[in-house]
Amino acid sequence: MGKIDNDFFDKENRIKMGGNQEYLAKLKANGRMFARDRLQLLLDEGSFMEDGLFARCEDERFPADGVVTGIGTIDGRTVCVMAQDASVKAGTLGRLTIEKMIRITEEAMKLKVPMIYLIDSAGGRLDEQFSIFLGRRHAGKFFWMQSRLSGVVPQICLMFGPSPAGSAYAPGMSDVVIMVDKNATAYLGSPRMSEMVTGEKVTLEEMGGARMHCTVSGLGDILVETELEAIETGKRYLSYFPQNWEEKTSLITPKDPVEGPGLEEIIPQSQAKAFDIRAVIKNVVDADSFMEFKELYATELVTGFARLSGRAIGILANQSQEKGGVLFPDSAEKGAHFVELCNAYNIPLLFLGDISGFMIGSRVEKAAIIRRGARFLKVIANSTVPKISLFIRKCSGAGYMAMGGASYGPDACLALSQVKPMLMGPEAAVNAIWANKIEEMDEKERMKFVMQKRKEYLEDANVWKGASELHFDAVIANCQVREELIKRFNYYCENRKVDDIGVKKRNPIYR
Amino acid sequence: MKEVVSTMAGLVIEVNVEIGQEVEVGQVIATLESMKMEIPVRSLEAGIVKKIKIEVDEFLDEGEVVLILE
Repeated sequence: MGKIDNDFFDKENRIKMGGNQEYLAKLKANGRMFARDRLQLLLDEGSFMEDGLFARCEDERFPADGVVTGIGTIDGRTVCVMAQDASVKAGTLGRLTIEKMIRITEEAMKLKVPMIYLIDSAGGRLDEQFSIFLGRRHAGKFFWMQSRLSGVVPQICLMFGPSPAGSAYAPGMSDVVIMVDKNATAYLGSPRMSEMVTGEKVTLEEMGGARMHCTVSGLGDILVETELEAIETGKRYLSYFPQNWEEKTSLITPKDPVEGPGLEEIIPQSQAKAFDIRAVIKNVVDADSFMEFKELYATELVTGFARLSGRAIGILANQSQEKGGVLFPDSAEKGAHFVELCNAYNIPLLFLGDISGFMIGSRVEKAAIIRRGARFLKVIANSTVPKISLFIRKCSGAGYMAMGGASYGPDACLALSQVKPMLMGPEAAVNAIWANKIEEMDEKERMKFVMQKRKEYLEDANVWKGASELHFDAVIANCQVREELIKRFNYYCENRKVDDIGVKKRNPIYR
Repeated sequence: MKEVVSTMAGLVIEVNVEIGQEVEVGQVIATLESMKMEIPVRSLEAGIVKKIKIEVDEFLDEGEVVLILE
Protein backbone atom coordinates (compact mmCIF):
# COMPACT_ATOMS: atom_id res chain seq x y z
CA MET A 1 0.00 0.00 0.00
CA GLY A 2 1.34 3.38 -0.96
CA LYS A 3 1.18 6.69 0.89
CA ILE A 4 -2.03 7.82 -0.79
CA ASP A 5 -4.00 4.79 0.35
CA ASN A 6 -2.35 4.89 3.76
CA ASP A 7 -3.50 8.46 4.30
CA PHE A 8 -6.92 7.50 3.08
CA PHE A 9 -7.26 4.65 5.57
CA ASP A 10 -6.03 6.89 8.39
CA LYS A 11 -8.80 9.33 7.60
CA GLU A 12 -11.42 6.64 7.20
CA ASN A 13 -10.47 4.87 10.41
CA ARG A 14 -10.49 8.09 12.39
CA ILE A 15 -14.04 8.80 11.27
CA LYS A 16 -15.15 5.23 11.98
CA MET A 17 -14.00 5.57 15.60
CA GLY A 18 -16.84 8.00 16.21
CA GLY A 19 -16.72 11.21 18.23
CA ASN A 20 -15.99 11.84 21.90
CA GLN A 21 -14.08 8.75 23.08
CA GLU A 22 -14.46 9.52 26.81
CA TYR A 23 -18.19 9.87 26.42
CA LEU A 24 -18.26 6.65 24.41
CA ALA A 25 -16.43 4.80 27.18
CA LYS A 26 -18.95 6.12 29.69
CA LEU A 27 -21.84 4.93 27.51
CA LYS A 28 -20.27 1.50 27.15
CA ALA A 29 -19.86 1.23 30.93
CA ASN A 30 -23.63 1.72 31.16
CA GLY A 31 -24.43 -1.17 28.81
CA ARG A 32 -24.80 1.04 25.77
CA MET A 33 -23.08 0.40 22.47
CA PHE A 34 -21.36 2.45 19.82
CA ALA A 35 -23.63 2.97 16.79
CA ARG A 36 -21.31 0.96 14.50
CA ASP A 37 -21.19 -1.94 16.95
CA ARG A 38 -24.98 -2.06 16.94
CA LEU A 39 -24.95 -2.25 13.16
CA GLN A 40 -22.40 -5.01 13.25
CA LEU A 41 -24.70 -7.09 15.44
CA LEU A 42 -27.73 -6.28 13.32
CA LEU A 43 -26.30 -7.00 9.88
CA ASP A 44 -24.77 -10.11 8.32
CA GLU A 45 -20.99 -10.12 8.59
CA GLY A 46 -19.26 -8.12 5.87
CA SER A 47 -22.54 -7.08 4.24
CA PHE A 48 -22.55 -3.40 5.21
CA MET A 49 -22.00 -0.84 2.48
CA GLU A 50 -21.83 2.73 3.71
CA ASP A 51 -22.67 6.04 2.07
CA GLY A 52 -21.92 9.49 3.43
CA LEU A 53 -19.07 8.42 5.71
CA PHE A 54 -17.23 11.61 4.72
CA ALA A 55 -20.08 13.98 5.48
CA ARG A 56 -18.53 17.11 7.05
CA CYS A 57 -15.13 15.36 7.00
CA GLU A 58 -13.24 18.64 7.00
CA ASP A 59 -14.41 19.33 10.53
CA GLU A 60 -12.96 16.73 12.89
CA ARG A 61 -15.61 17.37 15.54
CA PHE A 62 -18.33 15.79 13.42
CA PRO A 63 -17.36 12.25 12.28
CA ALA A 64 -19.91 11.17 9.61
CA ASP A 65 -21.94 14.08 10.97
CA GLY A 66 -23.37 11.89 13.73
CA VAL A 67 -25.24 9.27 11.74
CA VAL A 68 -24.23 6.07 9.96
CA THR A 69 -26.26 5.19 6.87
CA GLY A 70 -26.07 2.43 4.30
CA ILE A 71 -27.26 -0.91 2.97
CA GLY A 72 -26.65 -4.39 4.37
CA THR A 73 -28.31 -7.75 4.76
CA ILE A 74 -30.11 -9.51 7.61
CA ASP A 75 -30.31 -13.29 7.16
CA GLY A 76 -29.47 -12.66 3.52
CA ARG A 77 -32.22 -10.07 2.97
CA THR A 78 -31.29 -6.57 1.84
CA VAL A 79 -32.19 -3.73 4.22
CA CYS A 80 -31.42 -0.01 4.52
CA VAL A 81 -30.18 1.18 7.89
CA MET A 82 -29.61 4.43 9.70
CA ALA A 83 -27.83 4.53 13.08
CA GLN A 84 -27.51 7.72 15.10
CA ASP A 85 -24.17 8.12 16.87
CA ALA A 86 -24.51 9.54 20.39
CA SER A 87 -20.73 10.07 20.59
CA VAL A 88 -20.94 12.88 18.03
CA LYS A 89 -22.51 15.90 19.71
CA ALA A 90 -24.95 13.60 21.56
CA GLY A 91 -26.28 12.30 18.25
CA THR A 92 -27.80 15.67 17.40
CA LEU A 93 -29.05 16.37 13.89
CA GLY A 94 -27.38 18.96 11.66
CA ARG A 95 -27.91 19.81 8.00
CA LEU A 96 -25.89 16.92 6.60
CA THR A 97 -27.09 14.46 9.23
CA ILE A 98 -30.60 15.10 8.00
CA GLU A 99 -29.58 14.94 4.34
CA LYS A 100 -28.08 11.49 4.99
CA MET A 101 -31.23 10.36 6.80
CA ILE A 102 -33.39 11.51 3.90
CA ARG A 103 -31.16 9.85 1.30
CA ILE A 104 -31.23 6.46 2.98
CA THR A 105 -35.05 6.50 3.13
CA GLU A 106 -35.06 7.42 -0.57
CA GLU A 107 -32.78 4.43 -1.19
CA ALA A 108 -35.21 2.14 0.68
CA MET A 109 -38.05 3.49 -1.47
CA LYS A 110 -36.06 2.91 -4.67
CA LEU A 111 -34.92 -0.60 -3.76
CA LYS A 112 -38.22 -1.51 -2.04
CA VAL A 113 -36.43 -2.97 0.95
CA PRO A 114 -37.11 -2.66 4.70
CA MET A 115 -35.85 0.45 6.49
CA ILE A 116 -34.39 0.12 9.97
CA TYR A 117 -33.82 3.10 12.26
CA LEU A 118 -31.42 2.86 15.22
CA ILE A 119 -32.36 5.84 17.34
CA ASP A 120 -30.10 7.60 19.85
CA SER A 121 -30.18 11.37 19.40
CA ALA A 122 -30.60 14.48 21.51
CA GLY A 123 -32.59 16.17 18.71
CA GLY A 124 -31.93 18.99 16.26
CA ARG A 125 -28.79 21.16 16.55
CA LEU A 126 -30.11 24.54 17.61
CA ASP A 127 -26.97 26.30 16.39
CA GLU A 128 -27.78 25.04 12.90
CA GLN A 129 -31.48 25.82 13.16
CA PHE A 130 -31.83 27.67 9.86
CA SER A 131 -30.19 24.77 8.04
CA ILE A 132 -32.41 22.07 9.47
CA PHE A 133 -36.05 22.97 9.76
CA LEU A 134 -37.34 25.45 7.18
CA GLY A 135 -36.16 24.04 3.88
CA ARG A 136 -37.42 21.50 1.40
CA ARG A 137 -34.82 18.93 2.37
CA HIS A 138 -34.72 19.69 6.08
CA ALA A 139 -36.02 17.59 9.01
CA GLY A 140 -39.65 17.61 7.91
CA LYS A 141 -38.65 15.89 4.67
CA PHE A 142 -37.37 12.91 6.65
CA PHE A 143 -40.73 12.47 8.41
CA TRP A 144 -42.45 13.02 5.06
CA MET A 145 -40.35 10.20 3.59
CA GLN A 146 -41.23 7.97 6.54
CA SER A 147 -44.91 8.68 5.89
CA ARG A 148 -44.51 7.93 2.18
CA LEU A 149 -42.69 4.69 2.93
CA SER A 150 -45.49 3.59 5.24
CA GLY A 151 -47.14 0.53 3.76
CA VAL A 152 -44.50 0.28 1.01
CA VAL A 153 -41.66 -1.29 3.00
CA PRO A 154 -41.52 -2.38 6.66
CA GLN A 155 -40.09 0.37 8.89
CA ILE A 156 -38.58 -0.85 12.14
CA CYS A 157 -37.50 1.56 14.85
CA LEU A 158 -35.03 0.37 17.50
CA MET A 159 -34.74 2.91 20.30
CA PHE A 160 -31.56 2.80 22.35
CA GLY A 161 -31.49 6.33 23.69
CA PRO A 162 -33.43 9.56 23.55
CA SER A 163 -35.56 10.90 20.72
CA PRO A 164 -36.79 14.29 21.89
CA ALA A 165 -38.86 17.07 20.31
CA GLY A 166 -39.15 16.80 16.51
CA SER A 167 -37.12 13.57 16.54
CA ALA A 168 -39.90 11.94 18.53
CA TYR A 169 -41.83 11.63 15.28
CA ALA A 170 -39.31 9.08 13.99
CA PRO A 171 -40.79 6.34 16.20
CA GLY A 172 -44.25 7.82 15.68
CA MET A 173 -43.98 7.31 11.91
CA SER A 174 -42.51 3.78 12.08
CA ASP A 175 -44.48 0.51 11.85
CA VAL A 176 -43.05 -0.89 15.05
CA VAL A 177 -41.06 0.61 17.94
CA ILE A 178 -38.77 -1.52 20.08
CA MET A 179 -37.53 0.32 23.20
CA VAL A 180 -34.73 -0.46 25.64
CA ASP A 181 -36.05 -0.13 29.18
CA LYS A 182 -34.57 2.74 31.24
CA ASN A 183 -32.52 4.12 28.30
CA ALA A 184 -34.92 4.86 25.46
CA THR A 185 -37.11 7.93 25.76
CA ALA A 186 -39.36 9.95 23.49
CA TYR A 187 -40.99 13.26 24.33
CA LEU A 188 -41.89 16.51 22.61
CA GLY A 189 -40.72 18.74 25.45
CA SER A 190 -38.20 17.74 28.12
CA PRO A 191 -39.08 17.83 31.84
CA ARG A 192 -36.92 20.96 32.10
CA MET A 193 -38.83 22.64 29.31
CA SER A 194 -42.15 21.58 30.71
CA GLU A 195 -41.33 23.00 34.13
CA MET A 196 -40.36 26.26 32.50
CA VAL A 197 -43.36 26.54 30.19
CA THR A 198 -46.24 24.97 32.11
CA GLY A 199 -44.92 24.49 35.63
CA GLU A 200 -45.32 20.70 35.52
CA LYS A 201 -42.71 18.84 37.55
CA VAL A 202 -42.10 15.37 36.17
CA THR A 203 -39.21 12.93 35.74
CA LEU A 204 -37.90 11.96 32.30
CA GLU A 205 -38.96 8.36 32.89
CA GLU A 206 -42.54 9.40 33.75
CA MET A 207 -42.68 11.85 30.88
CA GLY A 208 -41.32 9.71 28.06
CA GLY A 209 -39.68 6.56 29.39
CA ALA A 210 -39.71 3.29 27.47
CA ARG A 211 -41.94 1.57 30.02
CA MET A 212 -44.45 4.40 29.99
CA HIS A 213 -44.64 4.33 26.20
CA CYS A 214 -45.01 0.53 26.09
CA THR A 215 -47.70 0.38 28.79
CA VAL A 216 -49.60 3.68 28.66
CA SER A 217 -49.19 5.72 25.47
CA GLY A 218 -48.78 2.78 23.07
CA LEU A 219 -46.00 4.56 21.14
CA GLY A 220 -43.68 1.69 22.13
CA ASP A 221 -44.66 -1.77 20.91
CA ILE A 222 -42.03 -4.03 22.45
CA LEU A 223 -40.09 -3.35 25.66
CA VAL A 224 -36.68 -5.04 25.99
CA GLU A 225 -34.03 -5.13 28.72
CA THR A 226 -30.81 -4.75 26.74
CA GLU A 227 -29.50 -3.32 23.47
CA LEU A 228 -28.65 -6.80 22.22
CA GLU A 229 -32.20 -7.91 22.92
CA ALA A 230 -33.51 -4.92 20.96
CA ILE A 231 -31.41 -5.95 17.94
CA GLU A 232 -32.44 -9.62 18.17
CA THR A 233 -36.09 -8.62 18.57
CA GLY A 234 -35.90 -6.37 15.51
CA LYS A 235 -34.49 -9.23 13.43
CA ARG A 236 -37.11 -11.64 14.69
CA TYR A 237 -39.89 -9.17 13.89
CA LEU A 238 -38.56 -8.74 10.36
CA SER A 239 -38.55 -12.50 9.83
CA TYR A 240 -42.37 -12.51 9.71
CA PHE A 241 -42.43 -9.80 7.02
CA PRO A 242 -41.78 -9.72 3.28
CA GLN A 243 -39.42 -7.14 1.73
CA ASN A 244 -42.23 -4.87 0.63
CA TRP A 245 -45.97 -4.60 0.09
CA GLU A 246 -45.90 -6.53 -3.20
CA GLU A 247 -44.24 -9.64 -1.85
CA LYS A 248 -45.51 -12.52 0.24
CA THR A 249 -43.77 -13.77 3.38
CA SER A 250 -41.64 -16.85 2.94
CA LEU A 251 -42.78 -20.28 4.10
CA ILE A 252 -40.28 -21.81 6.52
CA THR A 253 -39.93 -25.39 7.76
CA PRO A 254 -43.03 -26.28 9.79
CA LYS A 255 -42.76 -27.31 13.42
CA ASP A 256 -45.28 -29.14 15.59
CA PRO A 257 -46.80 -27.10 18.42
CA VAL A 258 -45.44 -27.57 21.93
CA GLU A 259 -47.00 -30.54 23.66
CA GLY A 260 -49.53 -29.80 26.36
CA PRO A 261 -53.19 -29.98 27.28
CA GLY A 262 -55.70 -29.80 24.41
CA LEU A 263 -58.14 -26.94 23.77
CA GLU A 264 -61.02 -28.77 25.45
CA GLU A 265 -59.00 -28.78 28.67
CA ILE A 266 -57.69 -25.22 28.28
CA ILE A 267 -60.98 -23.45 27.57
CA PRO A 268 -63.21 -23.32 30.68
CA GLN A 269 -66.72 -24.67 30.26
CA SER A 270 -68.16 -21.73 32.16
CA GLN A 271 -68.65 -18.78 29.82
CA ALA A 272 -67.72 -16.35 32.59
CA LYS A 273 -64.46 -17.85 33.80
CA ALA A 274 -61.21 -16.10 32.94
CA PHE A 275 -58.25 -17.99 31.48
CA ASP A 276 -55.06 -17.26 29.54
CA ILE A 277 -55.81 -17.19 25.81
CA ARG A 278 -52.09 -17.53 25.05
CA ALA A 279 -52.40 -21.20 26.02
CA VAL A 280 -54.82 -21.62 23.09
CA ILE A 281 -52.46 -19.82 20.71
CA LYS A 282 -49.48 -21.95 21.78
CA ASN A 283 -51.55 -25.10 21.37
CA VAL A 284 -52.33 -24.20 17.76
CA VAL A 285 -49.20 -22.56 16.26
CA ASP A 286 -45.73 -23.96 15.49
CA ALA A 287 -43.56 -24.37 18.60
CA ASP A 288 -41.79 -21.18 19.79
CA SER A 289 -43.15 -19.18 16.88
CA PHE A 290 -45.45 -16.78 18.75
CA MET A 291 -44.11 -13.22 19.05
CA GLU A 292 -46.39 -10.90 20.96
CA PHE A 293 -46.94 -7.36 19.70
CA LYS A 294 -47.81 -4.66 22.26
CA GLU A 295 -47.72 -7.25 25.04
CA LEU A 296 -47.89 -4.65 27.80
CA TYR A 297 -50.48 -2.33 26.26
CA ALA A 298 -54.29 -2.82 26.28
CA THR A 299 -53.73 -6.39 27.42
CA GLU A 300 -57.38 -7.43 27.04
CA LEU A 301 -56.62 -7.97 23.36
CA VAL A 302 -53.62 -10.16 22.56
CA THR A 303 -51.95 -9.46 19.21
CA GLY A 304 -48.92 -11.15 17.74
CA PHE A 305 -47.18 -12.94 14.92
CA ALA A 306 -46.79 -16.69 14.65
CA ARG A 307 -46.12 -19.49 12.19
CA LEU A 308 -48.77 -21.98 11.27
CA SER A 309 -47.16 -24.91 9.49
CA GLY A 310 -44.34 -22.54 8.52
CA ARG A 311 -46.60 -19.75 7.25
CA ALA A 312 -46.44 -16.33 8.95
CA ILE A 313 -49.81 -15.22 10.31
CA GLY A 314 -51.05 -12.39 12.51
CA ILE A 315 -53.27 -13.32 15.46
CA LEU A 316 -55.80 -11.21 17.37
CA ALA A 317 -57.31 -12.88 20.42
CA ASN A 318 -59.52 -11.77 23.30
CA GLN A 319 -57.79 -12.21 26.65
CA SER A 320 -60.51 -13.02 29.22
CA GLN A 321 -58.10 -12.82 32.14
CA GLU A 322 -57.56 -9.10 31.51
CA LYS A 323 -60.67 -6.95 31.86
CA GLY A 324 -62.75 -9.95 30.84
CA GLY A 325 -61.39 -9.74 27.30
CA VAL A 326 -63.84 -6.92 26.62
CA LEU A 327 -62.80 -4.40 23.95
CA PHE A 328 -61.86 -0.95 25.28
CA PRO A 329 -60.90 2.20 23.32
CA ASP A 330 -57.18 1.40 23.65
CA SER A 331 -57.55 -2.24 22.65
CA ALA A 332 -59.72 -1.28 19.66
CA GLU A 333 -56.94 1.05 18.50
CA LYS A 334 -54.33 -1.64 19.16
CA GLY A 335 -56.37 -4.04 17.03
CA ALA A 336 -56.66 -1.48 14.23
CA HIS A 337 -52.89 -0.87 14.23
CA PHE A 338 -52.19 -4.59 14.11
CA VAL A 339 -54.65 -5.33 11.30
CA GLU A 340 -53.23 -2.46 9.21
CA LEU A 341 -49.71 -3.73 9.81
CA CYS A 342 -50.54 -7.25 8.65
CA ASN A 343 -52.71 -6.10 5.79
CA ALA A 344 -50.01 -3.77 4.47
CA TYR A 345 -47.51 -6.62 4.16
CA ASN A 346 -49.72 -9.53 3.11
CA ILE A 347 -49.72 -11.37 6.40
CA PRO A 348 -52.95 -13.43 6.74
CA LEU A 349 -55.03 -12.86 9.86
CA LEU A 350 -56.48 -15.23 12.42
CA PHE A 351 -59.07 -13.90 14.87
CA LEU A 352 -59.65 -15.99 18.01
CA GLY A 353 -62.96 -14.70 19.33
CA ASP A 354 -64.01 -15.04 22.97
CA ILE A 355 -65.83 -11.80 23.37
CA SER A 356 -68.72 -10.39 25.33
CA GLY A 357 -68.57 -7.05 23.51
CA PHE A 358 -67.25 -3.52 23.59
CA MET A 359 -67.10 -1.98 27.07
CA ILE A 360 -70.00 0.22 28.10
CA GLY A 361 -70.22 3.14 30.53
CA SER A 362 -69.59 6.87 30.71
CA ARG A 363 -65.85 6.47 31.13
CA VAL A 364 -65.35 4.66 27.83
CA GLU A 365 -67.80 6.92 26.00
CA LYS A 366 -65.62 9.87 26.98
CA ALA A 367 -62.57 7.94 25.79
CA ALA A 368 -64.24 7.63 22.34
CA ILE A 369 -65.17 3.95 22.36
CA ILE A 370 -67.47 4.53 19.37
CA ARG A 371 -64.99 6.49 17.26
CA ARG A 372 -62.02 4.28 18.07
CA GLY A 373 -64.11 1.10 17.89
CA ALA A 374 -65.41 2.21 14.49
CA ARG A 375 -61.85 2.67 13.31
CA PHE A 376 -61.08 -0.93 14.23
CA LEU A 377 -64.18 -2.18 12.41
CA LYS A 378 -63.40 -0.06 9.36
CA VAL A 379 -59.82 -1.27 9.14
CA ILE A 380 -60.98 -4.90 9.23
CA ALA A 381 -63.64 -4.26 6.58
CA ASN A 382 -61.09 -2.65 4.27
CA SER A 383 -58.38 -5.27 4.78
CA THR A 384 -57.78 -7.65 1.89
CA VAL A 385 -55.50 -10.36 3.30
CA PRO A 386 -56.89 -13.86 3.89
CA LYS A 387 -58.80 -13.80 7.16
CA ILE A 388 -60.17 -16.60 9.30
CA SER A 389 -62.21 -15.97 12.41
CA LEU A 390 -62.58 -18.76 14.91
CA PHE A 391 -64.95 -18.26 17.83
CA ILE A 392 -63.95 -20.38 20.77
CA ARG A 393 -66.47 -19.55 23.53
CA LYS A 394 -68.27 -16.22 23.91
CA CYS A 395 -69.56 -14.45 20.84
CA SER A 396 -71.60 -11.34 21.61
CA GLY A 397 -72.68 -7.98 20.35
CA ALA A 398 -70.57 -5.72 18.16
CA GLY A 399 -67.53 -7.55 19.52
CA TYR A 400 -68.53 -10.35 17.16
CA MET A 401 -67.99 -8.04 14.17
CA ALA A 402 -64.69 -6.75 15.55
CA MET A 403 -63.41 -10.30 15.84
CA GLY A 404 -64.10 -10.94 12.18
CA GLY A 405 -67.71 -12.17 12.42
CA ALA A 406 -69.45 -13.34 9.24
CA SER A 407 -70.69 -9.89 8.25
CA TYR A 408 -67.10 -8.60 8.33
CA GLY A 409 -66.12 -10.68 5.34
CA PRO A 410 -63.65 -13.28 6.62
CA ASP A 411 -62.76 -16.06 4.18
CA ALA A 412 -64.22 -18.36 6.81
CA CYS A 413 -66.18 -17.78 9.99
CA LEU A 414 -65.69 -20.85 12.19
CA ALA A 415 -66.89 -21.84 15.64
CA LEU A 416 -66.11 -24.49 18.20
CA SER A 417 -69.17 -26.42 19.32
CA GLN A 418 -69.22 -24.83 22.81
CA VAL A 419 -69.76 -21.32 21.36
CA LYS A 420 -72.83 -19.46 22.58
CA PRO A 421 -73.72 -16.61 20.24
CA MET A 422 -75.99 -13.94 21.75
CA LEU A 423 -76.60 -10.29 21.07
CA MET A 424 -76.58 -9.53 24.79
CA GLY A 425 -76.44 -11.48 28.05
CA PRO A 426 -79.52 -13.28 29.43
CA GLU A 427 -80.08 -10.85 32.33
CA ALA A 428 -80.22 -7.74 30.19
CA ALA A 429 -82.04 -9.46 27.32
CA VAL A 430 -84.88 -10.89 29.46
CA ASN A 431 -85.37 -7.52 31.15
CA ALA A 432 -85.53 -5.78 27.78
CA ILE A 433 -87.81 -8.26 25.99
CA TRP A 434 -90.31 -8.76 28.85
CA ALA A 435 -90.07 -5.35 30.54
CA ASN A 436 -93.83 -4.65 30.63
CA LYS A 437 -94.83 -8.13 31.68
CA ILE A 438 -92.23 -8.25 34.47
CA GLU A 439 -93.48 -4.90 35.73
CA GLU A 440 -97.03 -6.22 36.13
CA MET A 441 -96.08 -9.34 38.13
CA ASP A 442 -95.81 -9.68 41.90
CA GLU A 443 -92.40 -10.40 43.29
CA LYS A 444 -92.67 -14.16 43.72
CA GLU A 445 -94.15 -14.68 40.27
CA ARG A 446 -91.63 -12.31 38.72
CA MET A 447 -88.60 -14.18 40.09
CA LYS A 448 -89.86 -17.50 38.76
CA PHE A 449 -90.71 -16.02 35.37
CA VAL A 450 -87.37 -14.24 34.98
CA MET A 451 -85.35 -17.33 35.90
CA GLN A 452 -87.35 -19.47 33.46
CA LYS A 453 -86.91 -16.97 30.62
CA ARG A 454 -83.18 -16.62 31.26
CA LYS A 455 -82.83 -20.41 31.12
CA GLU A 456 -84.73 -20.54 27.82
CA TYR A 457 -82.65 -17.67 26.41
CA LEU A 458 -79.42 -19.44 27.32
CA GLU A 459 -80.57 -22.77 25.87
CA ASP A 460 -81.56 -21.00 22.70
CA ALA A 461 -78.11 -19.43 22.34
CA ASN A 462 -76.13 -22.29 20.88
CA VAL A 463 -73.78 -22.75 17.99
CA TRP A 464 -76.21 -24.86 15.95
CA LYS A 465 -78.60 -21.96 15.53
CA GLY A 466 -75.83 -20.09 13.70
CA ALA A 467 -74.57 -23.14 11.83
CA SER A 468 -77.93 -24.27 10.49
CA GLU A 469 -78.46 -20.82 8.98
CA LEU A 470 -74.96 -20.91 7.39
CA HIS A 471 -73.72 -17.99 9.50
CA PHE A 472 -70.82 -20.18 10.56
CA ASP A 473 -69.13 -21.78 7.59
CA ALA A 474 -68.12 -24.71 9.75
CA VAL A 475 -68.36 -25.89 13.32
CA ILE A 476 -65.22 -27.74 14.32
CA ALA A 477 -64.05 -29.91 17.19
CA ASN A 478 -61.50 -28.60 19.69
CA CYS A 479 -59.01 -31.26 18.61
CA GLN A 480 -59.26 -30.31 14.91
CA VAL A 481 -58.36 -26.62 15.13
CA ARG A 482 -54.74 -26.68 13.98
CA GLU A 483 -55.26 -28.99 11.00
CA GLU A 484 -58.37 -27.10 9.92
CA LEU A 485 -56.60 -23.72 10.03
CA ILE A 486 -53.53 -24.98 8.15
CA LYS A 487 -55.69 -26.40 5.39
CA ARG A 488 -57.83 -23.29 5.08
CA PHE A 489 -54.91 -20.82 5.04
CA ASN A 490 -53.26 -22.93 2.33
CA TYR A 491 -56.33 -22.61 0.13
CA TYR A 492 -57.06 -18.96 0.88
CA CYS A 493 -53.49 -17.79 0.26
CA GLU A 494 -53.34 -19.35 -3.18
CA ASN A 495 -53.71 -17.11 -6.29
CA ARG A 496 -55.30 -14.40 -4.26
CA LYS A 497 -56.61 -11.35 -6.08
CA VAL A 498 -57.41 -8.25 -4.12
CA ASP A 499 -61.11 -7.47 -4.19
CA ASP A 500 -61.52 -4.36 -6.33
CA ILE A 501 -64.57 -2.23 -5.66
CA GLY A 502 -63.94 -0.19 -8.80
CA VAL A 503 -62.89 3.14 -7.27
CA LYS A 504 -59.45 4.24 -8.48
CA LYS A 505 -58.52 6.72 -5.78
CA ARG A 506 -59.87 5.37 -2.56
CA ASN A 507 -58.78 6.57 0.82
CA PRO A 508 -60.86 5.29 3.73
CA ILE A 509 -61.06 7.88 6.49
CA TYR A 510 -59.90 6.66 9.88
CA ARG A 511 -61.00 9.24 12.42
CA MET B 1 -48.83 3.13 52.15
CA LYS B 2 -49.81 1.88 48.71
CA GLU B 3 -53.20 1.99 47.04
CA VAL B 4 -54.44 -0.81 44.82
CA VAL B 5 -57.00 0.37 42.27
CA SER B 6 -59.45 -1.47 40.05
CA THR B 7 -58.66 -1.63 36.33
CA MET B 8 -62.29 -2.15 35.40
CA ALA B 9 -65.78 -1.16 36.51
CA GLY B 10 -68.06 -3.90 37.87
CA LEU B 11 -70.01 -5.41 40.74
CA VAL B 12 -67.91 -6.88 43.55
CA ILE B 13 -68.83 -10.57 43.91
CA GLU B 14 -65.93 -11.72 46.05
CA VAL B 15 -63.27 -10.17 48.28
CA ASN B 16 -60.36 -12.56 48.50
CA VAL B 17 -58.17 -10.96 51.18
CA GLU B 18 -58.38 -10.07 54.87
CA ILE B 19 -56.90 -7.28 56.93
CA GLY B 20 -53.36 -8.12 58.01
CA GLN B 21 -52.84 -10.55 55.14
CA GLU B 22 -49.70 -10.39 53.04
CA VAL B 23 -50.34 -9.75 49.34
CA GLU B 24 -47.97 -10.42 46.46
CA VAL B 25 -47.75 -8.67 43.11
CA GLY B 26 -50.25 -10.25 40.72
CA GLN B 27 -52.33 -11.87 43.47
CA VAL B 28 -56.09 -11.87 42.92
CA ILE B 29 -57.54 -9.67 45.66
CA ALA B 30 -61.16 -9.50 44.54
CA THR B 31 -63.47 -10.70 41.81
CA LEU B 32 -65.87 -8.45 39.93
CA GLU B 33 -68.76 -9.29 37.70
CA SER B 34 -68.82 -7.11 34.63
CA MET B 35 -69.84 -7.56 31.02
CA LYS B 36 -71.01 -11.11 31.81
CA MET B 37 -67.51 -12.05 32.94
CA GLU B 38 -65.85 -12.78 36.24
CA ILE B 39 -63.03 -10.28 36.39
CA PRO B 40 -60.12 -11.04 38.69
CA VAL B 41 -58.70 -7.85 40.24
CA ARG B 42 -54.96 -8.27 40.74
CA SER B 43 -52.68 -6.34 43.04
CA LEU B 44 -49.96 -4.40 41.27
CA GLU B 45 -48.17 -3.92 44.57
CA ALA B 46 -46.91 -6.17 47.36
CA GLY B 47 -47.59 -5.46 51.03
CA ILE B 48 -49.77 -6.12 54.03
CA VAL B 49 -53.49 -5.31 53.81
CA LYS B 50 -54.24 -2.32 56.01
CA LYS B 51 -57.67 -1.38 54.79
CA ILE B 52 -60.28 -2.96 52.51
CA LYS B 53 -62.34 -0.30 50.74
CA ILE B 54 -64.89 -2.54 48.99
CA GLU B 55 -67.76 -4.82 49.93
CA VAL B 56 -69.57 -7.62 48.15
CA ASP B 57 -72.49 -6.38 45.99
CA GLU B 58 -70.99 -2.90 45.76
CA PHE B 59 -70.35 -1.18 42.41
CA LEU B 60 -66.68 -0.46 41.85
CA ASP B 61 -65.59 2.03 39.22
CA GLU B 62 -62.41 1.85 37.17
CA GLY B 63 -59.60 3.58 39.05
CA GLU B 64 -61.34 3.29 42.43
CA VAL B 65 -59.30 2.20 45.42
CA VAL B 66 -59.78 -1.46 46.39
CA LEU B 67 -57.15 -1.92 49.09
CA ILE B 68 -54.62 0.03 51.04
CA LEU B 69 -51.39 -1.83 51.66
CA GLU B 70 -48.57 -1.15 54.08
